[in-house]
Amino acid sequence: MLRYTIRRLVQLVGVVLVLSLLLFAWMRLLPGGPVSALLGERATPESREALTKQLGLDQPIIVQYFKFLGRAASGDFGVSTGVQPGDSALEIFLQRFPATIELSFFAIVIAIAIGVPLGYLAAKRRGGWFDNLSVIGSLIGVAVPVFFLAYVLKDAASVGLGLPSQGRQGDINATRVTGFFTLDGILTGEFDATLDALEHLILPSIALATIPFAVIFRITRAAVLDVLDEDFVRTAESKGLTAPLIRRRHVMRNAMLPVVTTIGLQTGALLSGAVLTEKVFSIPGVGQALAIGFERRDYPVLLLLIIMATIVYVVVNLLVDLSYALIDPRIRTR
Amino acid sequence: MALGVSKKEKIDDLAETAGVSLAASAWKRLKRSPVFIIGAVIIGIFIVVSLLSPWLAPHDPSDKMLIDQVVKARNEIPPAQPGHPLGGDLQGRDFFSRLLVGSQQTLIVGVGATLIGLTGGLILGTLAGAIGGWVDSMVMRLVDVMLSLPSLLLAFSIAAMFARPSQFTVILAVAIVQIPVFARLLRGSMLAQRHSDHVLAATALGVKKGAIVFRHMLPNSLSPVIVQSTLVLATAIIEAAALSFLGLGNPDDRIPEWGQMLGDVQNVFDTHPHLAAWPAVCIIIVALGFTLMGETLREALDPKNRR
Repeated sequence: MLRYTIRRLVQLVGVVLVLSLLLFAWMRLLPGGPVSALLGERATPESREALTKQLGLDQPIIVQYFKFLGRAASGDFGVSTGVQPGDSALEIFLQRFPATIELSFFAIVIAIAIGVPLGYLAAKRRGGWFDNLSVIGSLIGVAVPVFFLAYVLKDAASVGLGLPSQGRQGDINATRVTGFFTLDGILTGEFDATLDALEHLILPSIALATIPFAVIFRITRAAVLDVLDEDFVRTAESKGLTAPLIRRRHVMRNAMLPVVTTIGLQTGALLSGAVLTEKVFSIPGVGQALAIGFERRDYPVLLLLIIMATIVYVVVNLLVDLSYALIDPRIRTR
Repeated sequence: MALGVSKKEKIDDLAETAGVSLAASAWKRLKRSPVFIIGAVIIGIFIVVSLLSPWLAPHDPSDKMLIDQVVKARNEIPPAQPGHPLGGDLQGRDFFSRLLVGSQQTLIVGVGATLIGLTGGLILGTLAGAIGGWVDSMVMRLVDVMLSLPSLLLAFSIAAMFARPSQFTVILAVAIVQIPVFARLLRGSMLAQRHSDHVLAATALGVKKGAIVFRHMLPNSLSPVIVQSTLVLATAIIEAAALSFLGLGNPDDRIPEWGQMLGDVQNVFDTHPHLAAWPAVCIIIVALGFTLMGETLREALDPKNRR
């Protein structure tokens, strides 16, 4: 187990190095590149050349890359050119990460809380109207572009239910401790701030939750269907075990493996959805920084955030793989 | 070697009849599946409309014929009127015609991205699965790097790599993301067949390696590839819309595409929601059509469900 974890982490380092080299080379090879980004269109050839020298951009890319790695080791990933011009990329990431974790957390909780029970019920009532309806619903859920749904929710629900249509802005006057809006309120006793933060999170989390919900629902349904056909379920039924006991010990326990895998994959992938959702609701998270970064081609910020996204994605999936052993004793012995 | 040839042909025949019967039994089940028929009808209409759209559209989609009804200051756009059932867009172009013609580019984006992704995955997956060894390791490490990013985020990053975005860069960004998925699918299927009886038999008969790969292994790997392609057609169209939404789409909107039409109107969603709703509904219906076909195909082609 430990050896497996270490091997996966070493692999992650390799992936991050390759990916960062690719991203780095891409940034440097682009027409214009960082010099144009910093100086703008009206720069004179002399000033361009001076800055090129000053930034060390006249050296071979591989030399530049190792210098970049050296600086990165001390936390210097460069300075933002578009998202928050002048701020360090690392600072932007650290500032914004809590908001994205918070949003993703609520989204995945919603997706699991609705997707898993619904998937179980649909499988139990296979072929019935409830099953058909929820399957069709989940298929539509995947077909709707996330950002469109976010706009619809924002417009419809904010008018109809009076919910705030904007995500939380950064400059509220609540005390900040952890950077998590909901947690800070509880820690400092400012419960109204927590309530307010939750209110602001409802619509964005629902928008972000649709796709993971639809996928988790379908996988749960399929996994439960597979298990329901098994002999041991029939045996459990015939020896007179109660329905909840069969559900917990025999059906869900065996159906959990693919479901947990899917939850892991979806949790890791939430960041792509967050790019769209945070942009629609103007939530000051990593997703919004990525959206602005793509729009304004803020390469230092993009480089760091994409690498961070990779690390999060791989680590989440590693945790999922490790959790298999907890769920399925057969894997533990291998 | 006359005997060998005839035996080989026999095996070929066997393989073919087996293939046909799976396809035939799948087709039999699909014909009876209302869900598949709904999906097929949606996609059928979509393809016919997109092919005929240049003739179906009442106006030129790039002609700003209603521009005098656009008042920027008051945020007014041409309303529905005789000859223009859906009114005009922000630049005074006939919205109905744009929606119709948009189906064509949408089809091109979907099919183009799927074909490129499929071809790339086919080449990589076949190489890895058929040759094995260091080729396999190289290909799979590449695939691992690509799969270590959430796919949509990878598509965004690739699209942002191009200094001048266009319809082609959108297709490419969406397609590259699909390559590792297809590659894994093909490789897995190839590996599984390596020691299967029909491949061993062909090898024992002295069939060349290339022939085994292309005539025996690839055809047997096709059903998961077909299913995946159908599903990718849906995601490609949705992802193209997301690219436009982030400003990474085709900036040239003379020839419209649904995703671009949807992504480009984000700033006027509050005041003119119909400009977003129409292309969005079209995208949802077509994506649903492809998904319905893909999911029912998956069930029909699954040998476990064969009866």
